[in-house]
Amino acid sequence: MEALCQFFAIYGSLVNFIGINALLALSLYLTMAAGQLSLGSAAFAGIGGYTAGILTMKLGVPFLLSVAAGSILSGLVGLIIGLPVLRLRGVFLAIATLSFGEVVRIAVLNLDITGGAQGLVGIPNLTKTWGIYLALAVAGYTIARLRHSRIGWCFESIREDETAASAMGINTTYYKTLSFVLGAILAGFAGGLYAHLNYIITPREFGFSVAVDLLIFNIVGGIRVWYGPVLGAVLLTALPEILRGTGVTAGPIRMALNGLILLLVILFLPNGLVSIFGRTGQEREKAPVDAVPEEG
Amino acid sequence: MFVHVKDVTRTFGGVKALDGISLAVKRGEVHGLIGPNGAGKTTLINVLSGIIAPSSGEVILDNSPVQTLPAYKLAARGVARTFQNIRLFPAMTCLENVIAGQHLVALRPFFPRLFCLPSAGRQEKEHRRQAMDCLARVGIESKAHFPARALSYGERRRLEIARALASRPRLLLLDEPVAGMRQQEVEQVGSLIQSLAAEGMTILLIEHNMSFVMGLCATITVLNFGRTLVTGNPNQVSRHPEVIEAYLGASENNA
Repeated sequence: MEALCQFFAIYGSLVNFIGINALLALSLYLTMAAGQLSLGSAAFAGIGGYTAGILTMKLGVPFLLSVAAGSILSGLVGLIIGLPVLRLRGVFLAIATLSFGEVVRIAVLNLDITGGAQGLVGIPNLTKTWGIYLALAVAGYTIARLRHSRIGWCFESIREDETAASAMGINTTYYKTLSFVLGAILAGFAGGLYAHLNYIITPREFGFSVAVDLLIFNIVGGIRVWYGPVLGAVLLTALPEILRGTGVTAGPIRMALNGLILLLVILFLPNGLVSIFGRTGQEREKAPVDAVPEEG
Repeated sequence: MFVHVKDVTRTFGGVKALDGISLAVKRGEVHGLIGPNGAGKTTLINVLSGIIAPSSGEVILDNSPVQTLPAYKLAARGVARTFQNIRLFPAMTCLENVIAGQHLVALRPFFPRLFCLPSAGRQEKEHRRQAMDCLARVGIESKAHFPARALSYGERRRLEIARALASRPRLLLLDEPVAGMRQQEVEQVGSLIQSLAAEGMTILLIEHNMSFVMGLCATITVLNFGRTLVTGNPNQVSRHPEVIEAYLGASENNA
């Protein structure tokens, strides 16, 4: 027990941060489940975070209510942005969402109410570790159950082939927007929790590099099953601390290390680290070997 | 008439892919669409399934105009299709492909699934059974748990038909259903199409395999340069001098 307390005293903030990153990775997973490559999740977290922070700090709104409000506002912005932007496919969508992220960051940097470059200072520390992990459990379970529901099948069909999906009767615009908005809502929620964790939030924490990190969590962990992004987020967030434990200071080389891991995963485990555990990724990949196609 | 295409034109830039085409398909008939490459056959199927909108003209499906509807709404009116270049969901298994294809006829609500209610489990079981029936119908039930990309070319075409059947369509559009298939497979698909038509399904198919088209279709329409050259039964069509000149004559050696 004492050891556990000591662990938390040292690594408590890391444990919290891992949970938040896992939630954010899941928010991107929701959007990517429908095949939409978005670099806007960090900005949605920012919208949720700043909204929640401002509401508790300046208006005295109860914690949960302000986090919910941030989440809803983020979802609304997601809807407004998503409708026009989701006409784009693949890398063009990534560029559009990337510019959206920059617009949000620059807006936050220049507004008075957000505290500009200094950030929003003095947000009460109300987020508890159990709260983060409860949210993660609920989000993970919900997303797991989404698979093989009507929405899940639609997302998967659109990801695999949008034209075929629409010829099958799927309203692709609706479901793509839904995936984008659900992702924005979850990112906004995670942002709200994050804002009440550290006393201060700054625009940099929701910038481009965070958006890329979230993408890396997904790809390294695996984007075919819901626990892939969680796994990626846990490992890559904890990695610098683990390295420090072994005597290597990862600070300056963290980005290079992330890049190296990403490269290795793409080369050797195209379905992400989850494929190590078999079943979902690897077995399906191997099936063609047993199934020698008939001569035709 | 179940399908009535009236004076439909579709241009891509300056090219007229469809140039005032008219076509009528009777309910429950197997209707063949033939013509040289670039005649506009696939474009016509794309218009009929809502993948592309016609530039002008009218498409009547079961007495209501549908030319402005997007693909997913046409699918809801009972139109299903396959693609010339095969568009399966490659990472899904065959069974999953067909289950995904049940979108229009299976509700699969989220909340019973979220709370693991027994009704969700029963429903899922029923959907799997129906999907297996579709796979059995095209003769690839033994490949149910293989990923779609592991199938041979002919099997992929048959899987695409199974996925289209999963939505229980009234009009089935097949774009070269037996291209690249072995003779045995061609015969299987032929009898499948016949049995579907016998159940009242209307089928419009594009195919370059002449013996297949001539043996299967009650009516054949020949397209050339985006226009209807001639419509008739196989006998009339194969004897028509313009058809022989435009199409059959050119391919006599390998037909």
